[in-house]
Amino acid sequence: MKKKIDVEYIANLARIRLNGKDIKSFSGQLDDVISYIEKLNSVDTKDTPPTTHPLPITNIFREDEVRESLSVEKVLANAPEKRDTSFKVPKVVEGE
Amino acid sequence: MPNDLYKLTAYEIRELIKKRDVSPEEAASSFSDRIGRIDDKVNAFISYDKENIKEELKRIKGKEAGALYGVPVAVKDNICVEGRLTTCGSKILEGFKPPYNATVIENLRREGAIVIGRANMDEFAFGSSCETSCYGPTRNPWDLERIPGGSSGGAAASVAAGEAAISLGSDTGGSIRQPAALCGVVGMKPTYGRVSRYGLIAFASSLDQIGPFARDMRDCALLLNVISSYDPKDSTSVDRKVPDYTNALVNDIKGVRIGIPKEYFIEGIDAQVKDSVSSAIKLLEKLGAKVDEVSLPHTDHAVSTYYIIGPAEASSNLARFDGVQYGLRAKGPLLDMYKDTRAAGFGDEAKRRIILGTYVLSSGYYDAYYLKALKVRTKMREDFEKAFESFDCIVTPTSPTPAFKIGERVDDPLSMYLSDIFTIPANLTGIPGVSIPCGFAETDLPIGLQILARPFNEEMLIRVGYTFQENSAFHKKRPRL
Amino acid sequence: MTTTAKYETTIGLEVHVQLSTQSKIFCGCSTKFGATANTQTCPVCMGLPGALPVFNRKVLSYAIKVGLAVNCSIAGMMKFDRKNYFYPDLPKGFQISQYDLPLAANGELVILTGGVQKKIRITRVHLEEDAGKLIHVEGEDSSLVDFNRCGTPLLEIVSEPDIDSPQEAYDYLTELKAILKYLGVSDCNMEEGSLRCDANISLRPKGQRELGVRTELKNMNTFKGVKNALEYEIERQEEILEDGGRIVQETRLWNDAAGKSSSMRSKEEAFDYRYFPEPDLVPFTVDKKLVGSVRETIPELPRKRYERFLSDYKLPVLAASTIVQDKDTADYFEECATLYKKPHIIANWITGDILSEFNKRFSSERNATIMDLGIKPEDLVEMLRLIDKGEISGKIAKAILPEMIETKQSPDEIVKAKGMFQIKDKDELAKILDGVISSNAKPVEDYKNGKEAALAFLVGQVMKATKGKASPKIVNEMLKERMGRP
Repeated sequence: MKKKIDVEYIANLARIRLNGKDIKSFSGQLDDVISYIEKLNSVDTKDTPPTTHPLPITNIFREDEVRESLSVEKVLANAPEKRDTSFKVPKVVEGE
Repeated sequence: MPNDLYKLTAYEIRELIKKRDVSPEEAASSFSDRIGRIDDKVNAFISYDKENIKEELKRIKGKEAGALYGVPVAVKDNICVEGRLTTCGSKILEGFKPPYNATVIENLRREGAIVIGRANMDEFAFGSSCETSCYGPTRNPWDLERIPGGSSGGAAASVAAGEAAISLGSDTGGSIRQPAALCGVVGMKPTYGRVSRYGLIAFASSLDQIGPFARDMRDCALLLNVISSYDPKDSTSVDRKVPDYTNALVNDIKGVRIGIPKEYFIEGIDAQVKDSVSSAIKLLEKLGAKVDEVSLPHTDHAVSTYYIIGPAEASSNLARFDGVQYGLRAKGPLLDMYKDTRAAGFGDEAKRRIILGTYVLSSGYYDAYYLKALKVRTKMREDFEKAFESFDCIVTPTSPTPAFKIGERVDDPLSMYLSDIFTIPANLTGIPGVSIPCGFAETDLPIGLQILARPFNEEMLIRVGYTFQENSAFHKKRPRL
Repeated sequence: MTTTAKYETTIGLEVHVQLSTQSKIFCGCSTKFGATANTQTCPVCMGLPGALPVFNRKVLSYAIKVGLAVNCSIAGMMKFDRKNYFYPDLPKGFQISQYDLPLAANGELVILTGGVQKKIRITRVHLEEDAGKLIHVEGEDSSLVDFNRCGTPLLEIVSEPDIDSPQEAYDYLTELKAILKYLGVSDCNMEEGSLRCDANISLRPKGQRELGVRTELKNMNTFKGVKNALEYEIERQEEILEDGGRIVQETRLWNDAAGKSSSMRSKEEAFDYRYFPEPDLVPFTVDKKLVGSVRETIPELPRKRYERFLSDYKLPVLAASTIVQDKDTADYFEECATLYKKPHIIANWITGDILSEFNKRFSSERNATIMDLGIKPEDLVEMLRLIDKGEISGKIAKAILPEMIETKQSPDEIVKAKGMFQIKDKDELAKILDGVISSNAKPVEDYKNGKEAALAFLVGQVMKATKGKASPKIVNEMLKERMGRP
């Protein structure tokens, strides 16, 4: 059967490292799922608008008022690595 | 006196406390002892400790008038509680303690409820069996070899097993109703927008809704009263008056028009499920409801639609778990840090869904999958709108089968996905749905009846469910543990 | 056009403007610049699991204002979309932006470039949230992340590739900034990043219809930097084309200090942003009533004001365009002009000494306006009248101006206190003149022999002797008279 999904490429987009075994098993499983969901093509939706929200709500705003921010201790409480009041991450190379 | 308050409903506990016959401490210790005795077997909780309960008991001082004063509530582990571990059943949230409370937690606390523990779940709510939690599977209290349903399996099992009086779960494609059915309790997915999602760690933003588990319809109404609110912090929450849902606890369905969708009685549906549901429908008819067949022609496409929209939104919602701010972080240069963190932190089902969701949104596929699914979603909404022109509610089985064996479907995602077929449409269309106990399969496995109604007509669900309950005894039976 | 005879340049600009609301676009955190890292954050702008965005109403009205000011049509319905990509300054792994239904589109901006007006079409104006800031730690394999800027409302204004030269790009940015300042929706401070600009540029042989391969330039921190980066890029592309090479489509980072750009490392994969509608936010209808009420708050914009300054005040082109650049300056000018009927003289003072004093004193201060100098229009006008009456010389006036700023006194008070009035007494002047003539025999002789320059020298000597308190005009006349060559 023709492969439907390039699991390795997509996993890379999603920033998940997969080993060879994962790629193989996911490819098979997801191809099954994709074959199944392609049944949708049989529905005629030519003049049907999409529904992104289950209920037709519009125009929900907040006013431009400053609220207290979190304390910096709370902000950093879960940080895997930090320095002073900043989160520390592996070096970011511009353009990466 | 051996403390068996854990056998009571939330309503009964609240009444006893109100009359000062028992204290919140006694109620809490009854449940926490019960957890201590049986949770090794059931594994309904990811985290639970007596220190936290002490703190909760201190916190409710002065809330004596609260609707749930002193009532122990289990909370699914994807709802943020400030300063308490909130893991979504995932390794990637190892050690994560949110710095804020979900709005439903604020609501519970305002009414004096006690968060007794954090209920187990499929990782990030991806699953129908509660097997994908990194904290091990929850077991069905009726048969420990079987799954409790999912993803809110821990929340359902905790109520069924008497480890909590009531609990909160979340429902994205049936994650409250299906485990409620499989564990023999009441489980409701309210209308999208009825309960604030603020602080619910999102799976699929346009489908998720928090809802109650309870042993009966009265407790369900009580808990729904407390968690329903308009929340300015959630743009999709609806500014609409919250009625007193206990007013809908009426033992009368004379003249209620009930639709039975012919598309829901398909091949593959378990014979015992079919029989129980048919008997339940007969009972409803006998109680005065007008029952007729209705058609929901796009039912067959619900699973496909759901497995495009759900994973698409999930792939984006879960992008934040990248090792930068909290949770697990792998070592190495930036790109490796991302990839290895997410490889080590997510389980297989989470990975599958993220990859599927990324795929359906990726360049060149968006129109064919995602946009198409949004259009079919419109078709399904139209199906329901049309059906509700002639019917006050729709009644269906909740799950095509009773609880299956642990491990039976883990390597066959598609068959797992198909077990959500009856519950998914309510999420896609935003309508409310409830599952109530309506029978047992031979081996003492519970069977659930699903009732669906128009948006914001939770009262209809409560009325029909309550009438059924008052004229049957399925909800009274408890598992032996 | 700056291009050589052989090539035409095509430039399109993407400008990001931070809107100056009090709170962020989707949460209540302050947008104030310069706070300690991560002190202006909350679960929403940190993208913590479970947190949800709610749209700031003022952001919408600011954005509509900009859309209208650049003559766009405003969409009746707008929504937000998610732009998905991983970067440590992007806490949710996606940016809330607008994809297929931007707030505003199909506009145009008329700019003044090389003395003529030119229309630059605006493709679209859309809303998004700003990302955090990365600080690179010198000599270490790590970077620091500050999320304070996360969620600051951003407006992206995208032009069509209608710009033909770096100078035009500069003029476009100048015009756009002036408009945004007039609207009061942004500080437009490039140093602090409240206005940022990326450029797309391509070259094609003259006469060729299709556009050449373009490159994208980033990291320009001043308008001048944009111009320099574009000039550098034209030269670079031209050289490649001349050598028979091909331009590679890429993003290049401008290094202002080095005066050159370099290619950003090639990406591991093409970007696939997987845009889809943001399910946590609802759609927004933008009705005519709202647009109408926003329209009413738009002041006269610089281009129109410029036209009016030319026709009503007969100002020279350069003075008019300088003054209208800044709304407060233009307001100041007009206030003075109602009090004093020689607008070109006011304009000279404003574009000359006043702006230079302003730049000297306030160049580093955000949001400072010409009014902060403390020279009230009445005082400036009083000073101009003293000159007219011959009470003080222009030179003295120039000396008085800083005094006015320092002491906040009126020119009259300063002149009186310091005895700076011109010597109008001819007898007194005559004595001084005689002294200068007798001690400068040679120049006097030269002048008498027809050497005009010698007169100027002698005038200078008199001015020196009077400490500038004489009218050069009168001194001139009196000297000629005395030296017998009237």
